[in-house]
Amino acid sequence: MSKKVLLSSKEIQIILHRLACQLLENHTDFKDTVLIGLQPRGTYLAKRLTTILTQEYGVKEINLGSLDITFYRDDFRRGEKTLEASKTHINFLVEDKKVVFIDDVLYTGRSIRSALTAIQSFGRPAEIELLTLIDRRFSRHLPIQPNYRGRQVDAINEEKVQVLWQENDGQDIVYLINE
Amino acid sequence: MSELSVNHLLGIKYLNKNDINLIFETADHFKEVINRSIKKVPSLRDITIANIFFENSTRTKLSFELAEKRLSADVINFSASQSSVKKGETLIDTVNNILSMKVDMVVMRHPNPGAGVFLSKHVKAAIVNAGDGAHEHPTQALLDSYSIREKLGDVGGKNVVIVGDILHSRVALSNILALKLQGANVKVCGPKTLIPKHIESLGVTVETDLRKALNWCDVANMLRVQNERMDISYFPSTREYTQQFGVNKALLQSLDKEIVIMHPGPINRGVEITSDVADSNQSIILDQVENGVAVRMAVLYLLASKIK
Repeated sequence: MSKKVLLSSKEIQIILHRLACQLLENHTDFKDTVLIGLQPRGTYLAKRLTTILTQEYGVKEINLGSLDITFYRDDFRRGEKTLEASKTHINFLVEDKKVVFIDDVLYTGRSIRSALTAIQSFGRPAEIELLTLIDRRFSRHLPIQPNYRGRQVDAINEEKVQVLWQENDGQDIVYLINE
Repeated sequence: MSELSVNHLLGIKYLNKNDINLIFETADHFKEVINRSIKKVPSLRDITIANIFFENSTRTKLSFELAEKRLSADVINFSASQSSVKKGETLIDTVNNILSMKVDMVVMRHPNPGAGVFLSKHVKAAIVNAGDGAHEHPTQALLDSYSIREKLGDVGGKNVVIVGDILHSRVALSNILALKLQGANVKVCGPKTLIPKHIESLGVTVETDLRKALNWCDVANMLRVQNERMDISYFPSTREYTQQFGVNKALLQSLDKEIVIMHPGPINRGVEITSDVADSNQSIILDQVENGVAVRMAVLYLLASKIK
């Protein structure tokens, strides 16, 4: 097994600031925008971006939620293990809002497909965008592309992208693992 | 920890504590789902479930059916009263005929104890016991414990008294097993004629003085007097039963603490509990009904995930 550093802590910081600025360009005061981190690991990225937007770019208030897609996945009973759910926290209306889905890695696109179904249980958004830290292009099963991407990676199928976050894993780092 | 240790839910006695925790954690997520404006998830869209009720039921059947529909399963319903059972068909033949229609799970209520276990050995489908005679009613016990956990934070260490017709109650047996498994202290209280011999072997104590039992407990789970299961008279009159084992507002107020009142329904108002108790803030009867859907969704989801 080989493990290559794809993004260092410093590179992640730079990318987070760039992504925050791109969001700011398109959503200005975030009055009609809600950020939704996809459970489990998209929530760390969503919280980081919210902190940067409020503390460093002076956005007054951002509606930040987390969405669990377990019950909407299309691979129920197809894997070895029972799918375990995480918590969904959406205590605001998404009706007519601009929703930004935030996830750490975009791979096959199936999680995003599930999220698109799941969010409809909370209302009909005006539009939905996708932000992802790592975009594994060439591995999509569905016609889904991000609106905002941190880094595009041409990983082959046997390779795995692992994103670690300071608050959960003790450091910010992204690895490309070849098993 | 992410998988049940069983392929069928036949009774609490087949579960372990991890199973119960997993069911409760999954039910927490489903409780959030059923409080959304759109209460349905597509998880079981490729599963067909048959609800086979050989005995009358309103709330359990409705609760299962709602749970199944909220998980997007296809549902067929079968009542023995309108079926070939009346013509002498055996249980296995009845169920095999239904399974030939490509049914994946069977939720069954049957008047005979052990009917679910028997069926699980003879047919290829996941079986959920929705009550087998006076034996077990596992999903009722799970939703009762879940409701206690929700109200009091934990089941372990709590004092729970089960009051009434213990002898004929499948709810009582399943509840005793579930509560003991989670570390609760359990008493049963009722007329001596309605308390089975050797019940202490399940780790419970017997109390025939309702006031003493209520003073001891954190939760009183009141059971319905099951007149339909009584072939002889077990107490002199309903009036006398109510005087000794019925809970009314005055009795509750005379206790030196506030206890939680539960009832699996249907309530004989004025017999086991009076209306003002059933409708009071201390009663969590309607929470039990709501939690029933979430807990049954969790059970069906976890069992369905084991069907390959």
